[in-house]
Amino acid sequence: MVQLIGRRLIQLVPTIIIISMLIFGLQQLLPGDPALVMAGEERDPEVIEQIRRQYRLDQPIPVQYFYWLKGVATGDLGESMRLKEPVARLVMQKLPVTLQLASMAMIIAILIGIPAGVVSAVKKDTVWDYLANILSLWGISTPNFWLGIMLIFLFTVKLGWLPASGYVSPFVDPAQSLKTTILPAFVLGNAIAGILMRHTRAAVLQAMNSDYVRTARAKGLLEGRVVLRHALRNALTPIITIGSLEFGTLLSGAVLTEQIFSIPGFGKLIVDAVFNRDYAVVQGVVLVTSATYILLNLVADIGYILVNPRLRTS
Amino acid sequence: MSASVAALAAEPAIESPRRRAWRRLKRRKGAMVGLAVIVALVLMAVFAPLIAPYDPAQQSWSAVRKAPSAAHWFGTDEVGRDLFTRVIYGARASLMAGVISVVLATSLGVPLGLTAGYGPAWLDLIISRVTDAMLSMPFLILAIALAAFLGPSLSNAMIAIGVTATPIFVRLTRGQVMAVRTEDYVESARAIGNPRWRIALRHILPNVAPQILVQMTLTIATAIIAEASLSFLGLGQQPPAPSWGSMLNSAQRFLTNAPWMAVWPGLAIFVAVLSFNLLGDGLRDAFDPREK
Repeated sequence: MVQLIGRRLIQLVPTIIIISMLIFGLQQLLPGDPALVMAGEERDPEVIEQIRRQYRLDQPIPVQYFYWLKGVATGDLGESMRLKEPVARLVMQKLPVTLQLASMAMIIAILIGIPAGVVSAVKKDTVWDYLANILSLWGISTPNFWLGIMLIFLFTVKLGWLPASGYVSPFVDPAQSLKTTILPAFVLGNAIAGILMRHTRAAVLQAMNSDYVRTARAKGLLEGRVVLRHALRNALTPIITIGSLEFGTLLSGAVLTEQIFSIPGFGKLIVDAVFNRDYAVVQGVVLVTSATYILLNLVADIGYILVNPRLRTS
Repeated sequence: MSASVAALAAEPAIESPRRRAWRRLKRRKGAMVGLAVIVALVLMAVFAPLIAPYDPAQQSWSAVRKAPSAAHWFGTDEVGRDLFTRVIYGARASLMAGVISVVLATSLGVPLGLTAGYGPAWLDLIISRVTDAMLSMPFLILAIALAAFLGPSLSNAMIAIGVTATPIFVRLTRGQVMAVRTEDYVESARAIGNPRWRIALRHILPNVAPQILVQMTLTIATAIIAEASLSFLGLGQQPPAPSWGSMLNSAQRFLTNAPWMAVWPGLAIFVAVLSFNLLGDGLRDAFDPREK
């Protein structure tokens, strides 16, 4: 097991190096002189020269990349031009907010997607199956920023039950924190629920046709026990993989959702950085998101092995 | 002689794979509804000047934020522009972004995937590693970063979405090529001395095309949402040109007084994305060899 994880970690090294090249390469896409673009409205030659020196723009690209990578390896992601703060510190401040939102969204997605998928598979070709499929298509096809706007209209403007924006940490006031994050979490979880439902349905249907389910039924076990203890348990392997991968998608989805609900997380950080031409922050956010995504892939691999005894022993 | 001709005539005609897929697709109501809506949306986008009752940029200070009425079916926006007209014209940006970015992703991804799957091993290694790396970067965040560095415009948004979607096609094509490269027809083509590029283009590509078509349809749905997201953030279509995403952005500010401003563009995105998803699902089933 440890050996397997070690092997997976080694396999990640080239991927991480290429990602770092791609993210560094983004800077080369800036039209014209990057120092001028980074300076924005500022036209003072001294400031421009300072930017050129600070980002080593006067040096060859491989040298710039080497210094940038050296900084990243030591946790230095550069400095925000707008906020005059280290990017790493900004990212660490915002990441917990987005992770809280993403975790809540995943819980909502699991609570909706997995039961809907099981019901859909067990009651195949009935009205329940059609309803679950509609739910899934709704989740997959609804743009989450539109759903967010519509929910604000319903729950804030019309009913006045929940706040439209703002964020309170769960360590400060758990109840208020729940109130400020439940809508955005639902918006994010909605799409993932649709995807989870589809995969759960397919996996449970496949498991229900297998020999071990037939054997469990032949032993006289109750149908509920057959579905939950035998079919679903075996179907969990692909569901865990999809769930972990979709957790990474939540980080993407959070960009717009946080913007709509004014939640000061990771997504809002990148959007604000884009509009303020704070390129170091954009690069930093993409890098940390990709690293998180890779880590989640690794967790998915390990989860895969843990729930599947055949993989554990091989 | 005549007996054998009669026997041949009695044999059921061999159905071409394309015809079989179309027959199966026609049986799927959801896919056919999706296809019909897509055709309607395309016609709406092409003939927008003939269908739309107003000019999409025409402002009217006497009709600011008017609720839906006989004169303005979907109501008006914050500067008195007709929302029905703007939703119709908005289809142009969304469909164009969806289709062009996916065509870009396919034209980059499929040759790269073919090269990775059927070319030399060292090229496969490089292409696969870069693909893995790009797939490790969340789709929308990468698209936003690319669009931010390229500069805000619809064409840059399409490039950003296209480049971001490319690894999906590389991986899919490579996987399909790997699955068919040891098939008899590929081996035979090689045995008679065909060069690699000819085998890849003439023998392998037609056999992996159905899966690519399915993926293209589903990726158009993703690209439409991505374009709307970028336009919502101000990185796609620039005002005053209409786009469903940018319409939602301005609607957000007037939610209390003019909620209709948010309903129609969002509904339009939903219908377009749903239609491509339904068609993609139907095509996947229609091309599935396990299906009857």
